[in-house]
Amino acid sequence: MEILSILIPVSLALGAAGLAAFVWALRSRQFEDPKGDAERILNNRWDDRPRPD
Amino acid sequence: MADLTVSGFSACPACDAAPLAQRLADRAEVAQGTLILSLPTAHCATCIADVEAALSGHPGVRHARVNLTLRRVTVDAPGLKADDLIPVLARAGYEAHELDPDALAATTADRQGRDLLMRIGVSGFAMMNIMILSVAVWSGAQDATRDLFHWISGAIALPTVVFAGQPFFRSAWMSLRAGRLGMDVPISLALVLASAISVFETMQSGHHAYFDAAVMLCFFLLIGRYLDHRTRAIARSAAAELTALEVPRATLLADGAERVVPVAALRPGDLIRIRSGARIPADGRIVEGRSEIDRALLTGETLPVPAAPGQMLSAGEVNLTGPLTLRVTAAGRDSSLARLTALVEAAEAARGRYTSLAERASRAYSPSVHLMALCSFAGWMWATGDLRLAVNIAAAVLIVTCPCALGLAVPAVATAASGRLFRRGLLIKDGTALERLAEIDTVVFDKTGTLTLGSPVLVSLDSLPADLRPAARAMAEASAHPLSRALAQALADEPAAALTDVVEHPGCGVAARWGHRTLQLGRAEWLGAGDDEADNPHSATWFAVEGREPVRLDFADALRPGAADCVARLRGAGLSVMVISGDRQAAVADLAGRLGIGAYHAGVDPRGKEAIIADLSAEGRRVLMVGDGLNDTAALARAHASISPASALDAARVASDMVLTGVDLAPVADAVATARCATRRIRENFAISIAYNIVAVPLAVFGMVTPLIAALAMSLSSITVTLNALRLRD
Repeated sequence: MEILSILIPVSLALGAAGLAAFVWALRSRQFEDPKGDAERILNNRWDDRPRPD
Repeated sequence: MADLTVSGFSACPACDAAPLAQRLADRAEVAQGTLILSLPTAHCATCIADVEAALSGHPGVRHARVNLTLRRVTVDAPGLKADDLIPVLARAGYEAHELDPDALAATTADRQGRDLLMRIGVSGFAMMNIMILSVAVWSGAQDATRDLFHWISGAIALPTVVFAGQPFFRSAWMSLRAGRLGMDVPISLALVLASAISVFETMQSGHHAYFDAAVMLCFFLLIGRYLDHRTRAIARSAAAELTALEVPRATLLADGAERVVPVAALRPGDLIRIRSGARIPADGRIVEGRSEIDRALLTGETLPVPAAPGQMLSAGEVNLTGPLTLRVTAAGRDSSLARLTALVEAAEAARGRYTSLAERASRAYSPSVHLMALCSFAGWMWATGDLRLAVNIAAAVLIVTCPCALGLAVPAVATAASGRLFRRGLLIKDGTALERLAEIDTVVFDKTGTLTLGSPVLVSLDSLPADLRPAARAMAEASAHPLSRALAQALADEPAAALTDVVEHPGCGVAARWGHRTLQLGRAEWLGAGDDEADNPHSATWFAVEGREPVRLDFADALRPGAADCVARLRGAGLSVMVISGDRQAAVADLAGRLGIGAYHAGVDPRGKEAIIADLSAEGRRVLMVGDGLNDTAALARAHASISPASALDAARVASDMVLTGVDLAPVADAVATARCATRRIRENFAISIAYNIVAVPLAVFGMVTPLIAALAMSLSSITVTLNALRLRD
């Protein structure tokens, strides 16, 4: 049962990491255009290198 | 869910109709550099790439990004105007319209939506973590381990419930203060009771804690809340977009100079100038100028009416051929636009408030849940005298009956249905519109601008001798009159003759010289040709060449695309179809004949239209009104459900439940089919959640529900309901 003292913090940390990623995605407005994002993946214009900002 | 019917629009269309410009009067200057264009035709990955490439390639554009969900493109282009970019997009093959960023400001920053998403995210991650621990407890963790797991669960769950449950607590508190027992009261009670009991049980080393149930409840209910919000936000932003397309301004003549002012700033006695092709912003008397007036939006007449000094004009009419100077007699709330206010208000009141399925369900739900929880508490107290056990069982009843499935039943279907209709070109503005639309048995169409496009098409090209066609084309191009433009379009393949001395006589026609011969194109009386307009279904103009017999040119109002198909499908679905128009008998009869519609009323004024709808309702019929003009506004508000095309006046769009975003009329038939399907799904979803309660509630009342059973039942029913709603998507 000693393993719990490692596994529980690990699972909590993973959950927190997931939540942090979600909060970041939300803050950077990645949920504003779900339909557009679904279509943009079909466009091969920026496949070789990322779009310069 | 209880607030499903609270629409984001003004409750009274007339209030929006009256001061066309009140809201625009004190509008701030447009944000520098950023342009927002509406892209009604964009729909795929290629469209995104084309539009962004076309705009980025234009000099001066720094950045362009398409939002396909809202069908808009945001362009960062300092120094450029929308008029510079719209042709660029037109060349790339995309229709674009300028939108006013200020009118959209309220809808672009969807703070409430992101706030809900954040709460969903937090409760989702908390739920997953707690579930890991709960599974361990359910599979047999004992004593100290179980207590430890419960404590950790509690440490995650309590802050989560406090944060994620806020929308429910707030709305429950508001409904309690208003003396009502809304859906959110039992939800909040369940959340608070479940958390409190679980903390108590954990302190006592109890076997069962409902932390997972409390968080899961938040998660599923928030999803329902978010779907509901999103459906409404999309409709609202698209409606704001329609409003943003129109920027009402007037040209004021003061101290010998012209000044452009907001329509709301006009006062009776002001002199305003109206250029040809412009909409008349306020009621007034013509002081100077001759022209023709298109009154289609007010009366449904297709034929322009001549206008001369001394004549009264009403706001909403369109000046066609010559510039006019007008002395304002009534503006804003006093204008004839506003006189429709009383009519629309009365019509809305007569329709009465519609009680949605969701409201009916929640009205039955809240009291019965409280009663059941209270009874089981009292029953177990009486039977065992064990307070702890009785409270535990009452909490279990509340948790198990909590309306996860019920909360998702309506929003999930509404999201799927409105998404489907939006893709087909129909925008739903009102939460209960789908349910009302599903009940209709009669469809009433307006003629001008609804079944027809309101733009004439030449139908008698053969009567024009071939040698006169080049001259006719050149004449037609000299005028902005709709019939001239239609003629020019019909003769677009002909060469244009060289004319001299071209003069437009406003209200009469165009005169010119072709070599040594005099040409005239215009009204019959002006040319001296005898004509009886009343019996002819077509609008007509005459073309006269000196020394030749005048030629009569007939024009018919072009049918809106999809109109014939739509009418046929509605009739096929067993609905009776009818036309009501303010236009002449002959024109209406001709159109009804072409579409195969037997029942029509011609020459009906706005009050008459509303009266016909009221009579139909009194006969027990449920009427869907489809109309676009100001003369339809009261009828739209009176009908059981209503649809208007995007080309309709603001007032008509506000009064209707749904707006057609495209030109095609076919989505009207789709809407009826989808609405019927959606209502069926909503009922099925209610049946599913009731069935689940019939199984789960007795278990809870008799104390046989464990946190495991509660969790299973809750997630299973929610997922079933959502999947059932998704069957509606295409």
